[in-house]
Amino acid sequence: MSFNIVEFLSSIFDLTAGDYLAGVWGDAPWVSIVLDIIGILLVATIPLLAVFVVGWVERKVLARMQDRIGPNRVGGKYGLLQMVADVVKMMTKEMIVPAGADKVAYFIAPGLAVVTSALLFAVLPFAPGVIGVDLNVGVFYILAISSVSVVAILLAGWGSNNKYALLGAFRAVAQLVSYEVPMILSLLVPIILARSLSTMDLVEAQTIPFIVFVPISALIFFISSLAETGRSPFDLLEAESEIVAGFHTEYTGMVFGLFMAGEYMAIMFMCGLFSTVYLGGYQLFGLEDWVLANGFAIGRGLGLLILLIKSSLVFFVFMWIRATLPRFRIDQLLNFNWKFMVPLTLVILLSVALLDRVIVDYLPGVGEAGRAGIHFVVNMLIGVAGVEVLRRSARRQRQHHNDLSPILAIAENEGDPIVVAEVEPAHDHHEPVPAH
Amino acid sequence: MQSEWQFIVLFVLLAPIFPVAPILINRLLGPHKPNPIKQQTYECGVETVGDAWVQFKVQYYIYALVFVIFDIEAVFLFPIAAAYDNLGLFAVGAAVLFIFLLADGLLYAWGRGVLEWI
Repeated sequence: MSFNIVEFLSSIFDLTAGDYLAGVWGDAPWVSIVLDIIGILLVATIPLLAVFVVGWVERKVLARMQDRIGPNRVGGKYGLLQMVADVVKMMTKEMIVPAGADKVAYFIAPGLAVVTSALLFAVLPFAPGVIGVDLNVGVFYILAISSVSVVAILLAGWGSNNKYALLGAFRAVAQLVSYEVPMILSLLVPIILARSLSTMDLVEAQTIPFIVFVPISALIFFISSLAETGRSPFDLLEAESEIVAGFHTEYTGMVFGLFMAGEYMAIMFMCGLFSTVYLGGYQLFGLEDWVLANGFAIGRGLGLLILLIKSSLVFFVFMWIRATLPRFRIDQLLNFNWKFMVPLTLVILLSVALLDRVIVDYLPGVGEAGRAGIHFVVNMLIGVAGVEVLRRSARRQRQHHNDLSPILAIAENEGDPIVVAEVEPAHDHHEPVPAH
Repeated sequence: MQSEWQFIVLFVLLAPIFPVAPILINRLLGPHKPNPIKQQTYECGVETVGDAWVQFKVQYYIYALVFVIFDIEAVFLFPIAAAYDNLGLFAVGAAVLFIFLLADGLLYAWGRGVLEWI
């Protein structure tokens, strides 16, 4: 069960590691341990190495969006080895630990960031039957592990004994903790639809991807995963124009590199998780199952490829948003979460819970497509209502603002673009000198 | 079941290798010449006054408190969601009532104005 990833490689490369070990040692208890360790090394090293690729892709794509060329020196015309060069540079830099730092917290923090990001990949289903371990509480495990990353950031901020770092850590705690709520609630929706906490079952339940059932919930999950990974426009925790580099101000060399690796791994995982719970994971209209059923082990490779393509598309949107949107202010960020996203997600959760019961109990004839259709319509209605509420509140806020500032009100009423009021010319020179 | 968690336990035990190895390599490859000026706390131009271990604003703490309401809610809602097939309409109604009770907590916090950033 837990070493399926090894079997997967065996089936492609004609390796028989499991059979070989079993043949040598029989049913010895350590066979499963050795296979688990092989699986762990695969599950953890592949994302770590993928950081090189993802980092390069992000820099290149962002550069293109900003009309630059991006890395183009190291490793040929396209700068393919740029990230390798960067890591080599980080490895050979001096580790400068500030004298006032709390050494234990200072060094645990980057380690924790990488470990939590790596542990997450244990339950991500890569292809049919290929997963680190198919826990029956998979989604719960993901939430439990990912909340530990908040602790890593707080430790980094506190341990550095630097005011910028501490400010960054405080913001991070307020932000990450807040956006975890809509994330948990919007993960509950696919669980209700699939009736299982196992990530594998979630994928198998999606003959129609859940994004068709509940598009608004998917959007909320996407936004909160942006905030959870600290990506722009939610990158307040390391806002370089305000607080230098946020919680990792005092980190140099590879210790900083670990934070970066952890961040990229978390982003990759979030893209993978979004594909898994809303976009149907490794499934593409049963294509890979069909290939597998016809006796081609390559169907698993196909599943992996499908997941990679879906995750890459999600990651592209991540980069696109980063290149497009400016940063939020902290009060806007928290208001948007607590006063809009959380209530909206609660309403969606309630509607899905009640509606699915009604459909399954009283309308069994509609089939999977009908179920998807009803959910879609109700979800979109809730979404439209939510946007309307948002629009009215924005209008009210604008009105309030206009009441305070007559110039803005005039500009708005006449439909003119808002112009800065002209500075009155100085009268000093024209005023007659008072006679004494 | 046991072998599933064996994987996780082994993973937790092995995972520290991934951060520790790069730090050790960095320590071996990089120079190590500390001096008091280099090890000063980073500040924009001026010397740092005092240290950063201060009492912080209560505002940050209140969001964590409100979060606890929903975290506990989630702990109870996950089993309900997973066992959804075995629940009748009445049981789902009870879960909905539970969500309403917790939404009331959010509304209370909202009404008291603790969700305003000062």
